[in-house]
Amino acid sequence: MVQKNVLSLIDVSKTFYPGTPNQNNVLNQLNLTVKKGEFITIIGGNGSGKSTMLNSIAGTFLIDKGSIKVNEKEIKKLKEEQRAKLIGRVFQDPLMGTAPRMTVSENLSIAYRRGQKRTLRKGSTSNERHYFETLLTKLDLGLEKRLDSEMGLLSGGQRQAIALLMATMKKPELLLLDEHTAALDPKTAAVVLELTRKRIEEEELTALMITHNMQDALNYGNRLIMLDKGRVVIDLSGNDKKDLTVSEVLDLFQKRTNNPLLNDEIVLG
Amino acid sequence: MNLITTATAQGLMWGIMALGIFITYRILDLPDMTAEGSFPLGAAVCARMILTGVHPLLATATAFFIGALAGSITGFLITKAKIPGLLAGILTMTGLYSINLRIMNRSNLSLLGKAKITDLFNKFSLPNQFDTIFMGLALVIFMIMFLFLFFQTELGQAIIATGDNEKMARSLGISTDKTKILGLMLSNGIVAGAGALIAQDNGYADISMGIGTIVIGLASVIIGEVIFGNLTFVNRLICVVLGAIIYRFIIMFVLLVGLQPNDLKLISAFILAICLALPSLREKLQLNFFTKERV
Repeated sequence: MVQKNVLSLIDVSKTFYPGTPNQNNVLNQLNLTVKKGEFITIIGGNGSGKSTMLNSIAGTFLIDKGSIKVNEKEIKKLKEEQRAKLIGRVFQDPLMGTAPRMTVSENLSIAYRRGQKRTLRKGSTSNERHYFETLLTKLDLGLEKRLDSEMGLLSGGQRQAIALLMATMKKPELLLLDEHTAALDPKTAAVVLELTRKRIEEEELTALMITHNMQDALNYGNRLIMLDKGRVVIDLSGNDKKDLTVSEVLDLFQKRTNNPLLNDEIVLG
Repeated sequence: MNLITTATAQGLMWGIMALGIFITYRILDLPDMTAEGSFPLGAAVCARMILTGVHPLLATATAFFIGALAGSITGFLITKAKIPGLLAGILTMTGLYSINLRIMNRSNLSLLGKAKITDLFNKFSLPNQFDTIFMGLALVIFMIMFLFLFFQTELGQAIIATGDNEKMARSLGISTDKTKILGLMLSNGIVAGAGALIAQDNGYADISMGIGTIVIGLASVIIGEVIFGNLTFVNRLICVVLGAIIYRFIIMFVLLVGLQPNDLKLISAFILAICLALPSLREKLQLNFFTKERV
């Protein structure tokens, strides 16, 4: 059976500050293909290019070389807001994913129109509110009673849970999660991570999730990749990933790069 | 009595201008200096058209559209040329000075004896100044209703989202370039429209009438916020207009105390500085109060 690639990155390169002493080749001819239904966890040390890869896909900046295809269609020249039709995102900073002075319901209404042309039609309907209520009830955080609260009054975890809902309720082809639980306390982080897994399963989404916590990377998802110096150095899926342990990942990394991992941060998260 | 009606009438018209300032400063979170140029632009366009015999209503409406055009220039400078917002506004404002002189052909155009928009209320034979108050009130109510409805649409909500969290807005597919340009057009259209109204009320358009527009508009916005606090959207709009009226009363009081009209700009700046400093002043005073209690 030939499965369609939801995402393919072909020889993607990106250099920051080219031609200056600060020149930084973050992505080096990176290649990656993602099939429908894959939930990929991404690990790698600081500066390995994880966030740059996600930002390249989302269109925060344009890449220097290579090609980015979503559903076999080239998107590398599209603007960020044009790619939003295909891509849902949750950022690391809980303040980034929601609008603080707008109410919960207004935020959700904006997200409900992701990828649509904004016209002079009503910005929010009562049918929609009903739908939001059922979605929020499913989160089980009591947020369904706070539809008219200003977003800024909610906690970081609540805001991140809503940001997750906003990124996924108009089913995206691709969901990008950039350490979206890193700024939360461990307990809240676990709750949001569990919600993430639930949303991805319910909506049968294809997702890429960066994490600093290697245990999370092993526990979640059905494929794991590790980046180093802007390339994929480890790529495991299926049973290979299922039984993987942290020390095995470290050994593998050493073997592939002839470089011991000195960075504790990646182990301890 | 006469002074109070004058202050109220003027406050209502300046309140419309302040609504325009509110859109850029508060909704888009974009300090826009273009207003200093689009305000006299509206006055110049309207005065020139009335002098050539155009109906005052049509002249005022045209002023709105020309003002929106000026706003779109600042919008392009910000979004396409990537010029910082403050500087982009200053560039448009500076350019408009010459354009305003071109439109007026001299630095002052008198509308003495010409038909004005307030004449529409003449047949009701209202007491002096009340025609202006009624017209101002009607226009203020219309503007607030319009803005309230507009900012509830998908487009309006997209503009609010752009000002509130631009990165999020883009990630949800909102073209923030377009929403910024649109917001700037709406704001400057309203400011120019107010310039047209105030020129008709004053009986002349003057090249220097734009100086201090932003200070006055922002003072109205902030007086409203300081006095009435955090409110729903429609109440915030009403408070902006109330702020503008209160501002006029403060000015009237200062003149009664014996200061000269030449001192007005200094007083305007002083009032705005006080209003802006008020929240942090309040905090400091309270902190002192608590530390004293503890000792």
